[in-house]
Amino acid sequence: MENWSLFSLCVLLGLTSRWAVSFHSYSGAGKPPMFGDYEAQRHWQEVTYNLPVHEWYFNTTNNDLNYWGLDYPPLTAYHSLVCAYVAKLLNPEWVELHASRGYESHSHKLFMRATVLFTDILIYIPAVLLYCFYFCDGSSKQKVATALCILLYPGLILIDYGHFQYNSVSLGLALWGILGLGLGWDLFGSLAFTLALNYKQMELYHSLPFFCYLLGKCIKQGLTRRGFFQLAKISLTVLVTFALCWMPFLSDPKQPLQVLHRLFPFGRGLFEDKVANTWCSLNVLIKIKTLLSRETQLFLSFALTLLFILPSSLKLLSKPNLWQFKLALVNSSLAFFLFSFQVHEKSILLAAFYCTHLGFCLFLRLMFFLFVFFHSMLPLLVKDGLLLPYVVTSLAFLFLSLYLLSALERSTEEELRLGLYRKLTQRWLPKLNLSRIIKWKFWFSLVAMAVLSFTSVWLEPPAKFPDLFPVLVSILSFLHFLGFIIYFNLVQLMEPQRKKSQKKTN
Amino acid sequence: TVMAAPVTNDQSWFFALALGVSFLKCLLINAYHSTDFEVHRNWLALTHSLPAAQWYYEATSEWTLDYPPLFAWFEYGLSHIARFFDKEMLVVQNLNYASPATILFQRLSVIVADVVFFYAVKECCKCLREDKGKDLLGKPSFILTVLLLWNFGLLIVDHIHFQYNGFLFGVLLLSIARHFQNRHFEGALLFSILLNLKHIYLYIAPAYGIYLLRCFCFTQSNADGSLQWRSFSVVRLVTLGTIVLSTFSVSFGPFIGQLPQVLSRLFPFKRGLCHAYWAPNIWALYNIADKNHLIVCSYYERVKFKLLDINKLPKASMTGGLVQEFQHSVLPSVSPLATLICTVLSILPALFRIWHRPNGARGFLRCLVICALGSFMFGWHVHEKAILMAILPLSLLAVESREDARIFLILSITGHYSLFPLLFTTQELPIKIFLMLLFTIFSLTSLKTLFRKGGALLNPLEATYLLGLIPLELICEFVYPLTVWQKTFPFLPLMLTSVYCALGVTYAFIRLYISLLTCSDSTKKIKTQ
Repeated sequence: MENWSLFSLCVLLGLTSRWAVSFHSYSGAGKPPMFGDYEAQRHWQEVTYNLPVHEWYFNTTNNDLNYWGLDYPPLTAYHSLVCAYVAKLLNPEWVELHASRGYESHSHKLFMRATVLFTDILIYIPAVLLYCFYFCDGSSKQKVATALCILLYPGLILIDYGHFQYNSVSLGLALWGILGLGLGWDLFGSLAFTLALNYKQMELYHSLPFFCYLLGKCIKQGLTRRGFFQLAKISLTVLVTFALCWMPFLSDPKQPLQVLHRLFPFGRGLFEDKVANTWCSLNVLIKIKTLLSRETQLFLSFALTLLFILPSSLKLLSKPNLWQFKLALVNSSLAFFLFSFQVHEKSILLAAFYCTHLGFCLFLRLMFFLFVFFHSMLPLLVKDGLLLPYVVTSLAFLFLSLYLLSALERSTEEELRLGLYRKLTQRWLPKLNLSRIIKWKFWFSLVAMAVLSFTSVWLEPPAKFPDLFPVLVSILSFLHFLGFIIYFNLVQLMEPQRKKSQKKTN
Repeated sequence: TVMAAPVTNDQSWFFALALGVSFLKCLLINAYHSTDFEVHRNWLALTHSLPAAQWYYEATSEWTLDYPPLFAWFEYGLSHIARFFDKEMLVVQNLNYASPATILFQRLSVIVADVVFFYAVKECCKCLREDKGKDLLGKPSFILTVLLLWNFGLLIVDHIHFQYNGFLFGVLLLSIARHFQNRHFEGALLFSILLNLKHIYLYIAPAYGIYLLRCFCFTQSNADGSLQWRSFSVVRLVTLGTIVLSTFSVSFGPFIGQLPQVLSRLFPFKRGLCHAYWAPNIWALYNIADKNHLIVCSYYERVKFKLLDINKLPKASMTGGLVQEFQHSVLPSVSPLATLICTVLSILPALFRIWHRPNGARGFLRCLVICALGSFMFGWHVHEKAILMAILPLSLLAVESREDARIFLILSITGHYSLFPLLFTTQELPIKIFLMLLFTIFSLTSLKTLFRKGGALLNPLEATYLLGLIPLELICEFVYPLTVWQKTFPFLPLMLTSVYCALGVTYAFIRLYISLLTCSDSTKKIKTQ
């Protein structure tokens, strides 16, 4: 069969499963007074449609910021505005100021789901297809298999079509950015990434790799000659894009400051809920939140994040190639997730996306995926009434990846890219078979996850420790994430030259 | 035999396809379900809470039991598992009861019952003549598996609309596979079980009867393929008869005293010529001809003189959306007997053909498809879902010959499209389009790759006709609802759909007939093996 038909079958499968997931419940369905993210998105449509731009981010009589106030960058607000115009056309009740609060109906749900599908088809899916087409190694079959796995990635489907958010927009735009950089269209890439950044501030996790890659490339061309012009062009593109996005807020200096204040709410504390990052896990032993002052916490998290990003960023700066860039994306997002201030549980999704799909050892990827999924998604999705699609899509994804990709890929040492590391360990542990260890580790993790998710869904925790299961889950996931960040850093720093080893394995 | 040669050692792809489609089915648990859901819930309730003697008399719900006894026993068995999900669904008085646990149970029962279908498809794959050394996506058995397991019609009829067709077609395909494997007794047993599960399969019984009599009861043919009268085996006929009779007596035995009541439930002739939505068959064309005639007449009347008194003509309201009887305006009305005669006439040539030139199990299969399609074309109160009875068995032929692949494409695309009105909710609109595209693109490209040699599968006219479905869909579901006519003629799109599809189905029927009657004995080799 031809490639185009295989690719279109993949896309159709992806679309079918997306729409099928959307039949299920969404966050906060029928749960007044606050509802959930679904209501937040609807509320933003209401606010942006009815209020003038300068009131969007301010607490006014018509805009109660405590009720799902807008806390995403301007592009999200514009997107809401566009959706609101369509909503107004279909049914004015959906976006009526004040009166529409907590509006729920079957047709409105359909409308909201359709907007997600629309942006997905417009932005995310083409980016995935192009990415697989240009940047996946291997035969065309392997490319199709990878595309199918990415399109069926449950994390995104469940959050966007179940829980309800528009992650595919920011993720898709960032993917367009990676595509642009990979194809050598640096200006286009930086434009796309700036847009992603202006859609969701969480994309900041990846800004450093983008910056270092582009800067490193310009330095390589010579900062006094062509590189300088290139740098000037890139920075001009970024600045102009930013200016255009923020245009309505630039009239008054108070405006951008307020927007920034809304985007980065430092007042909300070091962490919320159970997040599998350092602070939450450390909290089990030491109560950091109460011991340290807010400023010290802020400083500590900033310093640690920087410490973990710097090595990979510097390496990328000195060797700006695509492989290093991908690794730096993973390292940076992991570092932010583990150490930065006020991390949201869903932000691991972002890190996970890159780890799962940018092409590393299969078992590592799946292990990673499992933990992400298990730790942050399970409680969230159970709360939203999405247990059924959660179980079905994640089993389907696991099975599919194992079935489709394991036949094509081997988890060899070369694959793990730990040649140098192996030389070191060989001295002390001569009979160590790394790839086998990884495989065993994978199955062990799988079992641990299955047991823990079963207990946390169906068993009552002991009365003394009501949070026992979530904490166990968080700590287990945290340990894995820590292992991952160390591993990926090792790979990035020790990898001498990728091209040669790649040729050998092919 | 040669036909049952092992396909390949590595069968993991079959497992992957089956598991994949099961995951998809599970995702559809929360989708829209039709009144058939309540029908089956009611049957669960009444078989569970009443003694068998009352099953065919119970009439609390309007959805009385109208399937043969074996299916009632199947529901009875299911009801014992249903207890563990939600006991309330087993109360006859709980009309339209659909708690989440009930939905979960009923949907899962369909999904699990499809295991029979999986097994049958696997057996069918063994009957194919396999080309070895090709890559997986070009293997006939792989293509056949996808065409059957991922069949668009089955997915939407069973897993959205709600019915147990997958399970029933599993029994049918298994029976066909057994005939291919020369295990005729098993095949006959399975088919008589099938008849006792759902009597709609009576339509294809003539093909079974003739084939078994001709190819099994007569043990030998002459060299030129004609009948050798002296080779008749009484033992085989008696054994077959015993198998069939004993199945029927086991099934109907407990109801022997109330047979008239059971039969009146099974064959309700008070329903109309066409179902609520017209199935795309001859009668759809007949109805539209009638309507046209009426319009022409009334126009003529207005322009000239009163040739036909328009007020005296009975107003035909054939798309009222309700199951009812009606009269035609200009053309003569059709009686059940007339449809029966038409149906018999339409399948007789095919039966004669396999009597004279049996052409083995493949000839039988072709005849079976013609019987199914003939009854679909001319039958009384045909449901559009019945087209699956032709499409699924035809898939088996489609992966083996070029001409059949062509007929299959036309029939499956038009037949599946005609199922679109079954799902009329906005929520299911995207899913039916995606699934239809998925199945259509796969069948088009895979069959094209399979028969790469010899140019395009479809001629330009056929391709244009099929492409015409795209604007038809756009008009019917996107443009027409926005126009002012939606209020006055809400059923015009349905009419348009069935008439357009009826053309394709009729064309496929004619082509299939031609292929049966002109079929050279090139496949004779297989028969003699």
